Amino acid sequence: MAKEEYWELWLYIAGQTPKSVLALENITKYSKEHLRDKHTIEVVDLLKTPHLAERDEIFAIPTLIKKTPKPLKRIIGDLSDKEKVLSGLNMHSIVRPDGK
Amino acid sequence: MSQTKLTAFPKTPTGIYGLDEITGGGLPKGRPTLICGSAGCGKTVLAIQFLIKGITEFNEPGVFMSFEETAKDLTENVKSFGFDLGKLSGENKLRIDHVRIERSEIQETGEYDLEGLFIRLGHAIDSIGAKRVVLDTIESLFSGLSNTTILRSEIRRLFQWLKEKGVTTIITGERGDTTLTRQGLEEYVSDCVILLDFRVIEQIATRRLRIVKYRGSTHGTNEYPFLIDENGVSVLPITSLKLEHVTSTEIISTGLPALDKLFDGNGYFKGNCTLITGSAGTTKTIIAAYFALSSCKRKEKVLYFSFEESPNQLIRNMQSVGMNLNPYVKSKLLLIHSSRPSLHGLEMHLLSLHKYIKDFKPQTVIIDPISSLVSVGSRGEVRAMLARLMDMLKMYQINALFTSLSQEQPGSQNDSTEDAVSSLADTWIKLRNEEKNGIRIRSLYIVKSRGMGHSSEICSYSVTNQGVKIVDELAIKKQSHNGNGRAAVYTAKV
Repeated sequence: MAKEEYWELWLYIAGQTPKSVLALENITKYSKEHLRDKHTIEVVDLLKTPHLAERDEIFAIPTLIKKTPKPLKRIIGDLSDKEKVLSGLNMHSIVRPDGK
Repeated sequence: MSQTKLTAFPKTPTGIYGLDEITGGGLPKGRPTLICGSAGCGKTVLAIQFLIKGITEFNEPGVFMSFEETAKDLTENVKSFGFDLGKLSGENKLRIDHVRIERSEIQETGEYDLEGLFIRLGHAIDSIGAKRVVLDTIESLFSGLSNTTILRSEIRRLFQWLKEKGVTTIITGERGDTTLTRQGLEEYVSDCVILLDFRVIEQIATRRLRIVKYRGSTHGTNEYPFLIDENGVSVLPITSLKLEHVTSTEIISTGLPALDKLFDGNGYFKGNCTLITGSAGTTKTIIAAYFALSSCKRKEKVLYFSFEESPNQLIRNMQSVGMNLNPYVKSKLLLIHSSRPSLHGLEMHLLSLHKYIKDFKPQTVIIDPISSLVSVGSRGEVRAMLARLMDMLKMYQINALFTSLSQEQPGSQNDSTEDAVSSLADTWIKLRNEEKNGIRIRSLYIVKSRGMGHSSEICSYSVTNQGVKIVDELAIKKQSHNGNGRAAVYTAKV
């Protein structure tokens, strides 16, 4: 497995709604467990930067976009289904839950 | 659109020919309107035209949110209608936003909402001060996302939000099997629902539009034929909801001084609609050509629709009775348009009439014969079409003359064209060619003439290479007292 792989995650929210807060909590937790330091989470509040909604093709809130590694992936919702998120972002591969 | 009438709801004119008439002024202002219909029925064209007319005619910027076509495809597709979306976007009058939802790229986990779409739309609206919005076709969301409960409540919220924003919105929807739209959007749009339909009857395709609902407003309830041609959508109102044409008291000549004399006013009223009926060979075309010629002599433009003769044939034939139409064709005062009645469906005929009239701007229009059109449509359709045509002619104050072929037997009154046209015509002249004492005698009489007294005599006339000679009515009266109708034709002169 290429060690240089780096997860660039963008989370789009619209204000501090319960769904958005939950989504951020979830992805932060999963990333810490599975990606360690090989990731960044950028939070984009569309209420502050509405022009990014069209540019980044956002329609649902919250939306999580995995920009790297390729391919680009989108997950919408509060990310409460952990397995779906992990497989959707292909996060199983790098660090196993047992820490090895 | 008259400003004087009491409107409960303010309306936003669409600028689409005919649609504003049947809706009594346009779509409900600041509210959503649903336009539904099957694939290819013209929803997108109508919607985009609503935006473009808004920009070009009413200075109202617009946002087009497309869930199907990309901005590039859309721009290309509507180019054929002469709509330049690129230019309008460049001027900040139009925003096109393509919402791409690719099911394979998206995963759904847990609760979400469509706030992103709201923000996107809100930003587009605010950035150009849009007053009009089109969502085409929002139901695509259902094929891209699986949580229909969320989608339904979010779409409901979106419509409410658009109302609060005060933008006039068109939402398009694909027709479902039993419902107006697949996802039942009609339940959420309570103000105005328009249904488009596309069917083929007797090999002729016809598009129809019907206003299913328009809360708080009177509207035409019929199915209205509409057309999509190189200028986009135009709807043909079967009749205007009101009869409020401007009327004139000005008199114009019939083209024949002797015929003028049969009317108290010495001719027709300007903007009059004249019907000339008669069986075959009763010189209907010649009488029509006289009228055309007299208009040309007044330097007024004449548009002559000939459904039986080609322009050259018509000119030659009129020459044989001493009428020279050629100079006027050359000086472009007279335009002769010939086409086969069976070439198009009635709607297309009506549209081509409309178009020629709009482009050429004639003062006089002649349709020779209008009965030919009967052959291409059912009786009800023809009547509706004629009513629409006459409405338009009246609106533009155009002098109209129609000829119509009637049955040979004088007893048969059930002539469909006569039936359809005569009640709409202001003046009706009947031509006859009867056998009497071993000779055929031509005669004419005026059946009706609205708003003007007229002679009730049956006048004989003859046609020579010098033209039509109408026999002085008093002379024939004297002659017929002698019991010799035959002599009258030859002895009397104009």
